[in-house]
Amino acid sequence: MLKALSIVPDKCTGCMQCELACSYEHEGVFNPARSRIRVFHFHDEARYVPYTCTQCAEAWCQLACPVEAIQINPHTGAKEVIENLCVGCKVCTIACPFGTVNYNQATGKVIKCDLCGGDPACARYCPTGAITYVDADLTAYERMRMWAARTDTQAQASA
Amino acid sequence: MRYLIAGAGPAGVVAAETLRRADPQATVRLFCGEQEPVYSRMAIPYLLAHKIDERGTWLREPGHFEALGIELVHQRIESVEWDTHTVRRADGQREHYDRLLIATGARPATPPVPGMDLPGVRHCWTLGDARAIAARARPGSRVVLMGAGFIGCIILEALVLRGVRLTVIEAEDRMVPRMMDATGGAMLQAWCERKGVRVHTATQVLGVERAGSDTLAVHCEHGAVHPAELLVVATGVLPNLDLVADGTRLSLETGRGIRVDPWQRSSDPDVFAAGDVCESVDWYSGERAVYAIQPAAVEQGRIAALNMCGRPVRYAGALPMNILDTLGLVTVSFGHWAGVPGGESVRRAEPGRSRYLRLEFDERDRLVGAIVVGLPEHVGVLRGLLQRRAPLGAWKARLARSPTRIAEAFVACTATTGLGDAASP
Ligand SMILES: Cc1cc2nc3c(=O)[nH]c(=O)nc-3n(C[C@H](O)[C@H](O)[C@H](O)COP(=O)(O)OP(=O)(O)OC[C@H]3O[C@@H](n4cnc5c(N)ncnc54)[C@H](O)[C@@H]3O)c2cc1C
Repeated sequence: MLKALSIVPDKCTGCMQCELACSYEHEGVFNPARSRIRVFHFHDEARYVPYTCTQCAEAWCQLACPVEAIQINPHTGAKEVIENLCVGCKVCTIACPFGTVNYNQATGKVIKCDLCGGDPACARYCPTGAITYVDADLTAYERMRMWAARTDTQAQASA
Repeated sequence: MRYLIAGAGPAGVVAAETLRRADPQATVRLFCGEQEPVYSRMAIPYLLAHKIDERGTWLREPGHFEALGIELVHQRIESVEWDTHTVRRADGQREHYDRLLIATGARPATPPVPGMDLPGVRHCWTLGDARAIAARARPGSRVVLMGAGFIGCIILEALVLRGVRLTVIEAEDRMVPRMMDATGGAMLQAWCERKGVRVHTATQVLGVERAGSDTLAVHCEHGAVHPAELLVVATGVLPNLDLVADGTRLSLETGRGIRVDPWQRSSDPDVFAAGDVCESVDWYSGERAVYAIQPAAVEQGRIAALNMCGRPVRYAGALPMNILDTLGLVTVSFGHWAGVPGGESVRRAEPGRSRYLRLEFDERDRLVGAIVVGLPEHVGVLRGLLQRRAPLGAWKARLARSPTRIAEAFVACTATTGLGDAASP
């Protein structure tokens, strides 16, 4: 059974452990600016929302890539950037309507969540259980909500 | 079922793969009109910049199509007989189709000035062009780039990275005129000039002459003459209409490209079109449009394929979106960045830092377009907000005060936090 990240914003305290763990896991530095998960802080509502790629079924990023540099990891189902194929054209960064693929100027490649190969550091270090890595069907509810928030009508029609 | 696909660019390839998955029993034949492996035009600038070799431009790994049971045929389609559902290939053979997809892309425009056929004058469109450009664009070579549109600017960077001495001639009053307003265009131009590129806007190339065994003289307005070993022409693209042009008549309904309905179907019910060759509609206004960009090509290829095999899927319309990295300055534009009647505009420019953000809203407080210079983080959310077409509610006023909170606005307005006041209609 594939697993997925489950994010429950109500449990997030804004401690940023996930951003630090992510940047350390992927870049070897504790630097939230280089994290693939981002915690948004809504001051007005005193609310924190961790946000990253949902590994969506449409895979806009993968479809748009001109050189097959985004591929599905058969073990985790994650859409992963194959670094040595990525030319840094950034088309995926605008094709992804969730804004979860970003360009890394230092390497000239794009970066996105790859579920850490099946043991996501953000979930491991989240002290409150706001981010967990669970069987994919447990997050079906969130997926349905995502569905409702679809960015285009075509995907609804193809359901 | 027998599906034929004319053209093995991104639109054709995605369509072939989609057909294969959706209709495992069918015959899927993909016609590649160039004697090259199936490659991506978009990757050519990275080949020129030595980031990848030719293999890096291939759209798919060797053996990919065979493994999927897609028949890749290296034959140009010369013509179509619509009544008998037959195509004629370059080698004279005829083939029958039940459904045909035209995904023949576009061709680069050749401006009507003398000298465009001289050696040393090249488009940058095919792998063949890339090889010819690579042979002439050597460190220290003098190169003139005619046209500073989106594709021109991508080539601009590749040429600079090859170490040439570059002069850019743009007829309009700014760089990337269809992607940036005057503020953004000026920032890009200043940036390029700081990097040693000479940029002349509002200037026409009047003609090119041979000025020596390997040298060209590029004549411009006001008597300016630029000597060059290479002139790269990037003055726009035109849909490839050869298959529908029947003498002076057009056999399918055609505007700037082959007209398709929201199912990517042409005026012939068994013929579909996708990618740079087709004229679909703008996602917001519903007006006819040809945007000729990679994301639209692949999405249309996918949708055409699903409809071809009887799975009705409606295309929401093409959304213009471009991202450009010019020697380190990232510029982005989406949708109707010049605004719409009755709408409102929010702009924050910091020319000293090469940063600019412009957001355009319509009268219902929906985001309809954006320009971003120098702020590349999470730009994809702009697409999300544009395509949701939902009023931004309270976030509109927040964005008017601090437009850089756009990613927050998106997260707040989407499912992760509940649909809130930006719920889909
Ligand atoms: C240098 C360059 C850089 C670019 N950069 C970007 C970018 O950064 N972002 C972006 O969004 N877009 C970019 N583009 C545009 C993008 O490449 C096109 O939008 C995209 O390739 C369109 O895909 P397509 O499949 O419709 O057409 P094409 O890629 O043109 O493919 C059509 C194929 O059909 C073949 N063909 C034509 N006629 C026939 C026939 N009669 N029979 C058989 N085959 C035929 C052609 O040879 C070609 O292989 C760039 C283009 C160029 C040239």
